Amino acid sequence: MKQFDYVRPATVAEAVAAAAQPGATYLAAGTNLLDLMKGNVSRPDRLVDVTHLDGLDGIEHLADGSLRIGALVSNADLAHDAEFAKTYPAVAEALLSGASAQLRNAATVGGNLLQRTRCAYFYDTASRCNKREPGSGCDARDGENRTHAVLGWSESCIATHPSDFCVPLLALDAIIEIEGPKGRREIALDELHRLPGNTPERESALEPGDLIVAVRLPPAARGFAAHARYLKVRERTSYAFAIVSAAAALRIENGKIAEARLALGGVAAKPWRARAAEDVLKGVAPTADAFQEAAWRALTDAKPSGDNAYKIELARRIVVRALTLAAAGTPARIPALPASPFASTSGAIHA
Amino acid sequence: MPELNLTSAPAHLRHGSSIGQPLTRRDGVLKVKGQATYAADNHPPGMLFAVIAVSSIAHGRVTSLDVAAAKRHPGVVDVMTPDHKPELAIDPEIKTNPFVFRMEVLQSNEVRYANQPIAVVIAETLEAATEGAVLLAPRYEILPALVGLDAGESYVPPVVGVGNPAENHHGDVAAGLASADKQIDATYETPAQYHNAMEPHAIVAHWNGDNLQIDMPTQGLMLSLARVAELFGVAHDNIHIRSPFLGGGFGSKGLMAGPPALGIMAAKLAGRPVKLVLRREQMYGPVGHRAPTRQRLRIGADAEGRLTALDHHARTVSSTFDDFYEPAADASHTLYAAPAIRTSHDAVRVNTGTPLFMRAPGEATGSIALESAIDEMAWACGMDPLAFRLKNYAEVEPITGKPFSSKALRACYDQGAARFGWAERSLQPRQMRDDAGLLVGWGMGTATFPALMFQAEARATIRRDGSGAMEIGAHDMGQGAWTALAQIAADAVGLDIDRVNFKAGTSDLPDAGIAGGSAHTATAGAAIHSAGAAVIAKLADLATNDERSPLFGAGNTGVIARDGRLIRRDDEGRSESYAGILARAGVAEVEARGTGAPNPAAMEEYAMHAHGAVFAEVKVDPELGQIRVTRMVGAFAAGRIVNPHLVKSQLFGGMIWGQSFALHEEAITDRRSGRIMNANLGEYHIPVNADVPPLDVITVEEHDPHVNALGIKGVGEIGITGSAGAVANAVWHATGVRVRRFPIRIEDLLTQT
Repeated sequence: MKQFDYVRPATVAEAVAAAAQPGATYLAAGTNLLDLMKGNVSRPDRLVDVTHLDGLDGIEHLADGSLRIGALVSNADLAHDAEFAKTYPAVAEALLSGASAQLRNAATVGGNLLQRTRCAYFYDTASRCNKREPGSGCDARDGENRTHAVLGWSESCIATHPSDFCVPLLALDAIIEIEGPKGRREIALDELHRLPGNTPERESALEPGDLIVAVRLPPAARGFAAHARYLKVRERTSYAFAIVSAAAALRIENGKIAEARLALGGVAAKPWRARAAEDVLKGVAPTADAFQEAAWRALTDAKPSGDNAYKIELARRIVVRALTLAAAGTPARIPALPASPFASTSGAIHA
Repeated sequence: MPELNLTSAPAHLRHGSSIGQPLTRRDGVLKVKGQATYAADNHPPGMLFAVIAVSSIAHGRVTSLDVAAAKRHPGVVDVMTPDHKPELAIDPEIKTNPFVFRMEVLQSNEVRYANQPIAVVIAETLEAATEGAVLLAPRYEILPALVGLDAGESYVPPVVGVGNPAENHHGDVAAGLASADKQIDATYETPAQYHNAMEPHAIVAHWNGDNLQIDMPTQGLMLSLARVAELFGVAHDNIHIRSPFLGGGFGSKGLMAGPPALGIMAAKLAGRPVKLVLRREQMYGPVGHRAPTRQRLRIGADAEGRLTALDHHARTVSSTFDDFYEPAADASHTLYAAPAIRTSHDAVRVNTGTPLFMRAPGEATGSIALESAIDEMAWACGMDPLAFRLKNYAEVEPITGKPFSSKALRACYDQGAARFGWAERSLQPRQMRDDAGLLVGWGMGTATFPALMFQAEARATIRRDGSGAMEIGAHDMGQGAWTALAQIAADAVGLDIDRVNFKAGTSDLPDAGIAGGSAHTATAGAAIHSAGAAVIAKLADLATNDERSPLFGAGNTGVIARDGRLIRRDDEGRSESYAGILARAGVAEVEARGTGAPNPAAMEEYAMHAHGAVFAEVKVDPELGQIRVTRMVGAFAAGRIVNPHLVKSQLFGGMIWGQSFALHEEAITDRRSGRIMNANLGEYHIPVNADVPPLDVITVEEHDPHVNALGIKGVGEIGITGSAGAVANAVWHATGVRVRRFPIRIEDLLTQT
């Protein structure tokens, strides 16, 4: 392997200073980064290990009703936090539908947000990829692309963001807390990930040295606990990325939808918030017709980027199903096959 | 290698003989404790690490390698290239026998497929060698890659599989189709698949003068040894290969491939022991794979649902430089009676590593197409798929007309269907739903695999302390040879299994042939059985010719061996212990050899196959198209079952592989570059635990007096056949959508709601 420096700073400030240097990158669990390094896709000069920093692994309930999740909380610990799962059930379900149990034990909240696309042409260093090597071209565009983006893509890049976790977080208006060389700031999750445009190599709003220290769910996110689901269609029951996924969260009052939240995964370079669909659901009864209408609105701008036109129809159907499941009410327990269309199958072993 | 500490069988399971007992793996504790030494676990003093650099193009030539940059990297010792390598004793392009495949051992700068080895970096550490390989930064002259089943002009290969004719027929297919009341004409496609054994191909090679010590997983110790000997010009006796455990092989470790040869070359070049282990993605090229196929089936049936003709044509691919042809259409030779059957193959050449045997080669690919087509024909005839299969049951092998040596397939159908509850199935598709509204489908397939025998030899010893030894260079790929063959050995020498020192897995032992073709237990078992009989005969000679023995005068055939004693057959009260016989005779031990081999006379007279019936239930989300297998029952008749526990595991594994074939596995090849885009276990999907449903295996009793002395047919591969088609047919029954391209994908089922 390429030689690299490994530093383990003692404080967030030291970490930020160390990571602001050219060629440096943060290392948390490394469930994605180490694979990228072994595949020679990422060749950092310096790894700044943040896993020993204090104060980043807590789940705090703030006075205003927000929840603050430290960036180093593991996916498994967060999903299995009973209070968290009860209050933000779609988030817990999404977490448990991702990767494998072993990976979830290691992977962190902050790392999950910044995982890289699973586009095979990004991983294959012999292929042209504008994300890996700006200006080189995109071999996915006319290649094997049946799982690629149908929303927000450009001729430069048709990759998708693979995270499950981000999808319900986005629906719930999560806020990202960042420590950077210029101090602390926070941005909406929707602003964290960028669409490719002509600069697919710029994947996020983070600047060199920026460290995600926490994810915050605002008080309003609690209002959806009774009607929130995550649904993920994939090619096997576990350890597979979404072909398409959706997080649906409803606040239902007096038989009408007071507020709807909807986000899609696996369709774009970022988790995709479907605000137009949310708008048509506001104030209407949770009916199949309303959900169909929402599904059409959610995919209005979708277009195939290759052999993936089916993903648009699939996404519509997933939206309808996710909204239907959410309207039916959050189950008392997270299903043994989380987020699966087969979640209701009795006797299923845990994925 | 130290003696293996194999654990004892639980005593309470014994009822007189070892064969038939469901013993757990005797090497299980070693494996669980990490004490089973796989090839890459060996670290001889002074060992270096070798890492292969592979081509990123599928066709062309390497025009430059930055050897200097690699050598400058700290820890890199040497870089082996076409210009700097030890000479081989023969040209690796020469096929010295039909089981030699061409390999890339840096004989030129030509690139003929993606992931072909183009250089080897040798270093003090794995990390240094890995980075050295990156620093080579190869440059290429790129030529257009031939990709896919339509890559070029097709041709009829001289043979398919192992020496099978590419075309075969009986009866008049055209007339049979013309006279049919119902016909189907359907084309199915199966993708390239890779063996993906858990243990990557690995070698630790250690030259000591002219002696060569090799640790390497192999399914064929002596075939590998012979190939190494001719490549390196070393006498057989100077080569020692150890392969006590394989982490799976599935056909990809049967014959010597290029990468282990490169490890031996690297050790020679460096003058130190070298370890070379393939990375996962490097297994997608130089070590074989299952070729893609496109299969057209034309079937006719009369008004009663009797087949009038069966025409099965398979298109496949081979590499541009060697020949292996997936014998997919041959699956139609065995299963269904028809007055006219034709099977044929053609092929195109593509820029790929040469395809190879992969678990049930031909049978697996052919089975999913044939079983799908039979299901389509049954539906066209308005018949239940099981009733249709019974209507067309082959009482004799269809093309040859030979009687079967045994065939308990009817019992498999009966018992499997009863266990599954098949009688409740709706004839029409898309009729069944579960409580949650999911579509439910039931499908079935017939399983078959030939009962093969190869050549093997074993050596049996009875020692003065009353213990025994059985030595045979057999191979445990994880299937349980350490246990099953030891059970046969125990019975062969009339001892408790813990009193027999069973040795296997090294090349200095008698040749056990190859662990392939589902024939290893039968072949090695026959040799063991024969060696045991021979050593007992010697022991009996000592006793029955000695007037001081209670067995005096009994004659060779007059005694039986049991629990360490020879016993007069006609008078169980007269017996003598092995120890007693040897002590009085004043010899330390008696030893004898035995062989296992096919019986040409029986093969001439009988068709020999294992059979089975697999029933599958799937559920499909009606709107979203995601599929889940929820239940499978397989009933298999495979002659004598040596160890029911291990056999069930083999059949479970095969059935899961069948599910994988129908729903998951596919090497995604870029249509332009010929590169495989999912060469890793994250993206090359196989079922994970959560995908595997409750599996139920029934082993149907079957006595076969003809296949071999022990009546063993083998179970290594049959589980895939039938299962893949059963799952595919269940998907049709659930949805009413017939998908003919495998694996079945979500988008295939989105056509209707």
